Amino acid sequence: MNPVPDIFRILPEVILTLTGVAIMLIDASLPPGFPRRALGGVGAIGTTLALWASLWQVSLPQGTGFYGTVETSAFTIFFHVLICGIVLVTLLLALDTLPEDSHHQGEYYALIVFGAVGMCLLTGAVELLLVFIALEISSIATYVLAGYRKQTARGPEAAIKYFLLGSFATAFLLYGIALVFGATGTTQIYEIARLVPLALNQPMLLAGMTLMLVGVLFKVSAAPFHVWTPDVYEGAPSPVVALLSTAPKAAAFAVLLRVVYEMFPGFRSTWSPAMWIVAALSMTVGNLAALRQQNVKRMLAYSSIAHAGYLLAAFAGLGTSGIAAASFYIAAYAAMNVGIFAVLTVVSGYDEELSVIEDYRGLLHRAPLLGGVLIFFLISLVGIPFTGGFFGKFYSFSAAVNGGAVALAIIGLLNSGLAAAYYLRLAFVAAQRPAEGKDEHTVFEPQVGFAVGAALLFSVAVTLVLGIVPSEVLHAAESGAHTLQAPPAEPNVHGMVIEQMQAEPEQSPKP
Amino acid sequence: MDAINNSILTLILLVPLAGALLVAVAPDRAKLPNWIALLTSLVTFGLTLHLPAHFVLGQNGFQFEFNKPWIESPAIAYHVGVDGLSLWLVVLAGLLAPVGVLASWNAIQTRRKVFFVLFLIQQTAMFGVFISLDLMLYYGFWELSLVPMAILIAMYGRKNGPKAALKFFLFTFIPSAPLLVAILWLYAKTNTFDFATLQYWVASGALPAGAVCWVALAFLFAFAVKVPVFPLHGWLSDTYSEAPVALAMVVAGKLGLYSLLRFHIGLFPVQAREVAPYLIALAVVGILYGACLALVQRDFWKLLAFAAVSHLSLIVLGIYGFTFIGSTGAIFQILSHGVVDGALFFLLGALYDRYATSQINVYGGLAAKLPNTATLFVLTTLAMIGLPILSGFVGEFLILSSTFGGVSRSWTIVASLGVILGAAYMLWLVQRVFYGPQSELVAARPADDLHFRELALLWPLAVLMLVMGVAPSLWLPAIEQGVRPRPPLNVQYDPGLTSPTSVPQGGQR
Repeated sequence: MNPVPDIFRILPEVILTLTGVAIMLIDASLPPGFPRRALGGVGAIGTTLALWASLWQVSLPQGTGFYGTVETSAFTIFFHVLICGIVLVTLLLALDTLPEDSHHQGEYYALIVFGAVGMCLLTGAVELLLVFIALEISSIATYVLAGYRKQTARGPEAAIKYFLLGSFATAFLLYGIALVFGATGTTQIYEIARLVPLALNQPMLLAGMTLMLVGVLFKVSAAPFHVWTPDVYEGAPSPVVALLSTAPKAAAFAVLLRVVYEMFPGFRSTWSPAMWIVAALSMTVGNLAALRQQNVKRMLAYSSIAHAGYLLAAFAGLGTSGIAAASFYIAAYAAMNVGIFAVLTVVSGYDEELSVIEDYRGLLHRAPLLGGVLIFFLISLVGIPFTGGFFGKFYSFSAAVNGGAVALAIIGLLNSGLAAAYYLRLAFVAAQRPAEGKDEHTVFEPQVGFAVGAALLFSVAVTLVLGIVPSEVLHAAESGAHTLQAPPAEPNVHGMVIEQMQAEPEQSPKP
Repeated sequence: MDAINNSILTLILLVPLAGALLVAVAPDRAKLPNWIALLTSLVTFGLTLHLPAHFVLGQNGFQFEFNKPWIESPAIAYHVGVDGLSLWLVVLAGLLAPVGVLASWNAIQTRRKVFFVLFLIQQTAMFGVFISLDLMLYYGFWELSLVPMAILIAMYGRKNGPKAALKFFLFTFIPSAPLLVAILWLYAKTNTFDFATLQYWVASGALPAGAVCWVALAFLFAFAVKVPVFPLHGWLSDTYSEAPVALAMVVAGKLGLYSLLRFHIGLFPVQAREVAPYLIALAVVGILYGACLALVQRDFWKLLAFAAVSHLSLIVLGIYGFTFIGSTGAIFQILSHGVVDGALFFLLGALYDRYATSQINVYGGLAAKLPNTATLFVLTTLAMIGLPILSGFVGEFLILSSTFGGVSRSWTIVASLGVILGAAYMLWLVQRVFYGPQSELVAARPADDLHFRELALLWPLAVLMLVMGVAPSLWLPAIEQGVRPRPPLNVQYDPGLTSPTSVPQGGQR
């Protein structure tokens, strides 16, 4: 029935798994004290192969494998490429910035790659149990990575906080899955989508959906499920935060899109107001809290909460326009956020000698290139035109306006004005002349190696491309959105198709 | 020739950008970045002169137009063009670029590369604002113009750069949030960002009137802050006292005023007329308020800032009087203000380079020591206060006479008081700085008079002020064409849509 061998459906995951295993084995067989930097290179090569494999999957017909548990479609490919790109950048970043004497360098690379397996699988899974397993694979890897600086007090604190709250949220997700299973008798997403309108126990389904949303919204650190974010970001090493703040979120957003648009399109009237509130709350809480931060990483942590809010605004959009806008925003956000954490890593080093905003004073004068890149990413985060951040916001808010949520768009744009205040405070301090006669410990010599240079160049290039010629990526996001929109509809089911059509009226009624 | 006419605007956008790239990759040796920037800005200025040379008077609509889809969905196009309204503003921006480079020649000592890269990007953004005919493109350049400006204020701020930069940025960025929502709303209703098509849509009355009112207000608010119109001028004095001279001379005025003319009055003529009485009142208050505060400033940057509030308010008065002559005078006054303010900033910047202070009371008796500076300063001052046969007079006269005849006599009388006060604070400034006994500072510190580089720039500007005052007819025909009501626009619209009831007129002045 399915001419495509199942293994091709998960080819990127297979490559990543093999890479991770190879890294672990080589690491174990190398004598202690032998430099392990090359292992990162192995990881980078494996990730690049996985990226190519995802791109190659375009040639596969859309469909599922392994008894309807994994899907390949334009949607999954979009997210696979995105996640592999992020992981590649973080690996390159770690290559140059991880201290050579670190005891667990091999494990570090292996964990990143294993995390990537989980995240990739998460975006492709169309079976709730597989969603859960993939989420656990990615989470366990990131829990360990978050606590990687165990010599500091904050490292283990970050890991434990992340682990406890994360497990709690996963429990919510699992409970939600159980309820949905109870109401429909299946865990296959398409089957559920088909059965939802027919299910007798609608309250149970609603409860299941709500619990699942809570679980996923925790992962994307949307308010009010965001409390873990600042502590974890502050405690985890910067290159890990570059990964943490982007790739798992991208994967979680993919799941969120699947849950609301593919599984429960009929419950739009229920989840749409909830998303509205969460979006408005995330933006406002994130930005207000970020305004008061002195620590750069905490500030960026709160800013990532705000960005989750901007992204959720796209969920007010109807059908494909909302999904495409959200997907595009994730890509833009990932590019600039990975980039800015890469800069932070280079500037302040693995041990983070510079933590507060005032430490960055005069960066542009001391290291014009790094300072320039930092300011560039900050400007993109503000959302100035000709950077990826602008089109991300633009598509997200125009989806919201099209979906009738004008108020949300206004809240969002006013929030981005608020956000400009703290991003630019950092940018302007970096642009200011260095203080004269300041003691020498703030003067540092950032080293930009080849790998980090490549990582930075890659993120800058992607951010610029998304800001100047976004058409291609938007096109990819739109075709992804189309595949997500097409659950195999059964025309003989009474009323269901009509209901779906009503849920998505023609966009932008002509006056 | 057609090929040049089609691509000239794109060239004007790209040349500064290419210059920025060149500065970025060239080595930071001696004055090399300065020379590259100067050359680039001179080339750009030369290119902008192509526009008036080949502008066809009497041909309606936009000229040198170039329209190419940029992004398919949403349909954003790279659509540029100029008409009488923007023609001379583009040239003015071109003229002020070399002025800015020369003003920064010695003032910018550190990180010249960063400075000139950002300065040239700023040029591109300004040109972009003047020539964009696609609302999204326009918005892009509008926002882009904030960034280099703010970063440079932070970098080279005299006392507290980051604070002033943040103030400037937030003041102008936050109002553009409603602007973007308004633009998106228009797009959601009409499926286009194209200026002419939108003009037609708004005029057709097919959009809900109440919402259009709010949209027009969002436009007005964003632009009024940038001008700045009276109660929204809070950012200006800090920006003037912190920004490098080259940027301070372009930060206020023309971008905001042009946007008001093109996108507020041009798109929403009916709604603009409704708010006009309030704006006239605010403008008159602004004229007096700015003049009174300028009188009591002790710092010459701040004095210039409040003088600018006063002068720009006068232009707003001309625009919102909705008389043909008033609008013409307003545009002419934007040009004149740009030139005169540029020269004044340049001269004060030269003083600041030499004496490193902007406190007026530590100067005194400079005329004997720096005679050339004094001559040019007095000349520029006279142009600024609107002495006949100098450029400031023409615009002021046109605006005030049209307001007197066509709008309101009492407002005009009050506004004229501001002109008198304008003469008072400017002449008093001249007297305190250049005449009287030599102050300690002036006596103690040796300083050269203007160098050749400075003179070579200032004399042409002075001549220009004179020519603008004596022969405004060189400029006025094109401006009048930009202001005159337009014949019906030929807009292709989908036959399936409801046909509009009325034919749009580009501003029913």
